[in-house]
Amino acid sequence: MTAQLARKQMRTVWADTVVESLDTDPRLVVLTADISSWFFWDAKKEHPDRVLNFGIREQAMIDIAGGFALTGMRPVVHTYAPFLIERPFEQIKIGLAHQNVGAVLVSVGASYDDPSWGRTHQAPGDVALLDTLPGWTVHVPGHEDEVAPLLHQAIASDERVYVRLSERANSEAVPVSDGFTVLRRGGAGVVIAVGPVLDEVLAATSTMDVTVLYASTIRPFDHAGLRAAVGAARPDVVLVEPYLRGTSAFEVSEALADVPHRLRTFGTWRDREARVYGTAEEHDRLFGLDAAGLAESITGFLG
Amino acid sequence: MQMTEETLRGLFARMVGDEKHGWAAASTLHAIWVLYERVLNVSPENIDDPDRDRFYLSKGHGPMAYYAVLAAKGFLAPEALDTWRKWDSPLGMHPDHNLAPGVEISSGSLGHGLPLGVGTALALRAQGRSARVVVLMGDGEFDEGSNHETMAIAGRLGLDRLTAVVIDNKSASLGWPGGIAGRFEAEGWHASTVDGRDHDALYRAFTGESGGRPRVVVAEILPVEEGSAA
Repeated sequence: MTAQLARKQMRTVWADTVVESLDTDPRLVVLTADISSWFFWDAKKEHPDRVLNFGIREQAMIDIAGGFALTGMRPVVHTYAPFLIERPFEQIKIGLAHQNVGAVLVSVGASYDDPSWGRTHQAPGDVALLDTLPGWTVHVPGHEDEVAPLLHQAIASDERVYVRLSERANSEAVPVSDGFTVLRRGGAGVVIAVGPVLDEVLAATSTMDVTVLYASTIRPFDHAGLRAAVGAARPDVVLVEPYLRGTSAFEVSEALADVPHRLRTFGTWRDREARVYGTAEEHDRLFGLDAAGLAESITGFLG
Repeated sequence: MQMTEETLRGLFARMVGDEKHGWAAASTLHAIWVLYERVLNVSPENIDDPDRDRFYLSKGHGPMAYYAVLAAKGFLAPEALDTWRKWDSPLGMHPDHNLAPGVEISSGSLGHGLPLGVGTALALRAQGRSARVVVLMGDGEFDEGSNHETMAIAGRLGLDRLTAVVIDNKSASLGWPGGIAGRFEAEGWHASTVDGRDHDALYRAFTGESGGRPRVVVAEILPVEEGSAA
């Protein structure tokens, strides 16, 4: 994962896309809880009833989104990841899913974009939490240029969509698709990279004879794409995700239910908190998600 | 179907098996009765009209009174009440709007109805509609923090088409010193407290001037004294 310097942040692209869409889509409403509300100060002058900042009231915000959706409107709801998914999780379950209405939830901060803020501002379990509820589409863009097309899809639908933005991004975008994109073909195994871990995965596997799959959309999981890749290589699968380790392991298991295979997963720890501050790059190394760590682990797994 | 006490009691009696919440269901009866009979512009004929008024039962426990009124108004077939809680029934101990005709939200877990109602009221305002949104909750439910987040939002945004009904049967474990109405008033709501069995008082509270503010009607349901007609 590469820190962005002169490039646009994913969050900026998101805000620009939403502001443009407010002008063209009368169903669209954007709801914030202070964080990032400043992106919409000008848009609020044009659309005072469809740009709403509620202050730091995330639980109410999610249910309010459900109330909007009950009338056919399309809420885009945003705040920092732990306060969007973890804090108001029952609102997501009841105010959206149980009402059978949709919304676009857009987070920033990811698992540990800035670990110097500590554990309270980290949400490595967000995708795993949403996996406990049916019907969510989950986008994990790995580059700022992947954000707008994913958002356009999300805004146009009525489904429940989670867009997980990060302050970290790959050096190049991959054209957005519904499933896996094959970036490299090899016979010794299949390595799956989700969103912003791609640069590290490509560097780690640069000398390996493996297939590398990339996804910016991880739910629904591309079962057919994985089966096709495994069919053309040794059925050893490596899953590298920028959040809780093994989050998509059950999907791999489902996709390959009738295919004998081995699976090794990488992500943040499940068995303990990383009770340290520092930088995102230091946390990559801690979790073995840096190129050197991945190279060593994947080589050990594939033999 | 004529909505009389005799009719509603008959419909109510068709649902058996939730004695725990019998009193809770009875406590909501009169407010829901007045709303559907005299206040809300909603009927089986206009239930899909975006300009209809909405009633959100936030306090999903003990929905028998709600179901009885919906049956009396023709949203539900009375026979559906006989199936309450059964495998293929549209009616459960907590309402599901995906199953039950006329039910606008699914509820049961407390503290969701008011923010859902605020979202709908904001949406209707954004769409240029003047429909009312009425949310009914209990005084115990009022404990939930989400209500207090939402109360502040609705007050600041001046949601004058929103009404909250709080059925106050003094069931909040720690009580509300100074009264529930005062909490709403502090957030900019128009508040009134009435006898929750007095239909005319409820009607006046639901329909009087609110001064451009969201409205709360605290409907007190006090124990019925022996020999009273209530």
